[in-house]
Amino acid sequence: MTTPDVPTLVREILARRAEEPGALLLILHELQDALGFVPQEALPQIAAGLNLSRAEVHGVVSYYHHFRQSKPGRQVLQMCRAEACKSMGADALIAHAEARLGCKLHGQTADGAVSLEPVFCLGLCSSSPALMLGDELHARMTPAKLDALMAETRA
Amino acid sequence: MSSIVYVPCDSAALAVGADKVARTIADEAAKRGLEVKIVRNGSRGLMWLEPLVEVATPQGRVAYGPVEVSDVAALFDAGFLSGGAHALNLGVTDEIPYLKKQQRLTFARMGKTDPLSLDDYVAHEGFAGLAKARAMAQADVVQQVLDSGLRGRGGAAFPAGIKWKTVLGAQAAQKYIVCNADEGDSGTYSDRMVMEGDPFMLIEGMAIAAHAVGATRGYIYARSEYPHAIATMDKAIVAAEEAGYLSGFKLEVRKGAGSYVCGEETALLESLEGKRGIVRAKPPVPALVGLFGQPTVINNVITLASAPIILAHGAAFYKDFGMGRSRGTLPIQLAGNIKRGGLIELAFGVTLRELLFDYGGGSASGRPIKTVQVGGPLGAYLPESQWDTPLDYEAYAALGAVLGHGGIVVHDDTADLAQLARYAMEFCAIESCGKCTPCRIGSTRGVEVIDKIVAGKQREQQVHLLRDLCDTMLHGSLCAMGGMTPYPVMSALNHYPEDFGVQAKETTT
Repeated sequence: MTTPDVPTLVREILARRAEEPGALLLILHELQDALGFVPQEALPQIAAGLNLSRAEVHGVVSYYHHFRQSKPGRQVLQMCRAEACKSMGADALIAHAEARLGCKLHGQTADGAVSLEPVFCLGLCSSSPALMLGDELHARMTPAKLDALMAETRA
Repeated sequence: MSSIVYVPCDSAALAVGADKVARTIADEAAKRGLEVKIVRNGSRGLMWLEPLVEVATPQGRVAYGPVEVSDVAALFDAGFLSGGAHALNLGVTDEIPYLKKQQRLTFARMGKTDPLSLDDYVAHEGFAGLAKARAMAQADVVQQVLDSGLRGRGGAAFPAGIKWKTVLGAQAAQKYIVCNADEGDSGTYSDRMVMEGDPFMLIEGMAIAAHAVGATRGYIYARSEYPHAIATMDKAIVAAEEAGYLSGFKLEVRKGAGSYVCGEETALLESLEGKRGIVRAKPPVPALVGLFGQPTVINNVITLASAPIILAHGAAFYKDFGMGRSRGTLPIQLAGNIKRGGLIELAFGVTLRELLFDYGGGSASGRPIKTVQVGGPLGAYLPESQWDTPLDYEAYAALGAVLGHGGIVVHDDTADLAQLARYAMEFCAIESCGKCTPCRIGSTRGVEVIDKIVAGKQREQQVHLLRDLCDTMLHGSLCAMGGMTPYPVMSALNHYPEDFGVQAKETTT
């Protein structure tokens, strides 16, 4: 399946969503779900479609941690760094992931395969430490399990 | 005859391989020519035992756990379909002490039913509260909630009935029910469990609220970090609507976007309106000027999910549980470095010591427990001397602590409280909405000051400065984000000064 070009996609999303109350977040979510991020070039079109200023749309996109403003790696690895996971070694697990992937949190691997992102709580706090790879959850993680998961992903 | 096997679909089970276990059980049954019906139920909340597989037997449901894919063939060999003996056999599920000792009101159905089966829901008292509410006058429904003593379970503990009464009394063409499902506190997942494991209960609670105050539209604002909860709620809403339970009440799920402060009710309303999640100054309260400027009931998932049982059994039944001004039950989530973590619903009044040791069995690492953070990232760290205080909103307030949303995060003796205090300030700096100065600037200065204390630079003056800064944040912030970040910071400094390199006597200057 090929993704339509950005203006066509935005036009199509606006046609379905623009009339809904508080539509901006809905639209940004749909765009990111389709493309993996919210491209800069889409903002003027969204602003015009919702009768907002470009600044208002930019303000919303940049306010929320969830919205990415650049293209992520082919897989996104979100690692929880909140307290419950910290109590079970999340910091060491994140350091292990950084060393293995050769990138820091908020970065991506040189080959563009994996983006490494922090997340504040996946609601798996009794099975810490936890992470999400793509839309798949993994709990009770260890460095060895993480290595196995990464090997599987990049195989 | 076909056997019934239950494999939970809760995220906590999925994250440890429940889907693969379910598939393996189906494959193994087919290979052996056995007829097995697999039901994907919610989680019982015994998280250390997930995936917790149950089988229906004449003696009741028998539990096995934690089941891994590699255990499945041996379970069949042991005759687990009829409750056969095996090392993972935990006996009859309802007799497991961890479950049996609880007082499950809101979580009574949790793990027993298929979350998306309306038949299961109705067979377990589902929609009984809504039927009673709809036969009552609006003011009488509100009175029931007031009389039950139900207070907001999101953390602020504001009486739910007062919000409902204010919205009922407001004159407006459009009123809203908004469910705050932005469960961002580390150590909490009870909202997630409700949405994934008993979604019709939340829908019923919101429909009761809608009838009580005359609202025709409702929104559930759920975190983007909860994809399974959102998917299950979406399906449940369609099913409830098609079966005619919503009676014109239009309900939808809206997805958040990873902003912790959107759990604050006015920031949440801004976000629902499609804007940045910036906190609003109060007054006006949302009950009068809420979503899109209209009167709005905004309650946490557990608060709304408590309405069905209150209406079904009456205010007095619910109020009989609890102590002082904390009435009813609290779904406690025991998390972090704990051997037996899980969902524990009990009447207010239980102590941390009972939870940590009688239920939790001590730390997961086997090391001594050093500290316990109660109430999420903005809650205080409690040292052992405070573990006998009953869980009660007022008793915790007297300690300078909070119950919050009922999350309990356990740390063993390897925890460094200076680093955890620094993390609290760092988290506040990342998540601050930026509207008020104490929170926006104070959090960044807080990180710097703690770094200086730990590095031993002018330590005495810096401790004084940190106290002064926390005092400003506590009293000068617009909402709980900046206003409560001092709780974990000050409790860490006061109870664990040695972690900061500070002598106990220096901390009081």
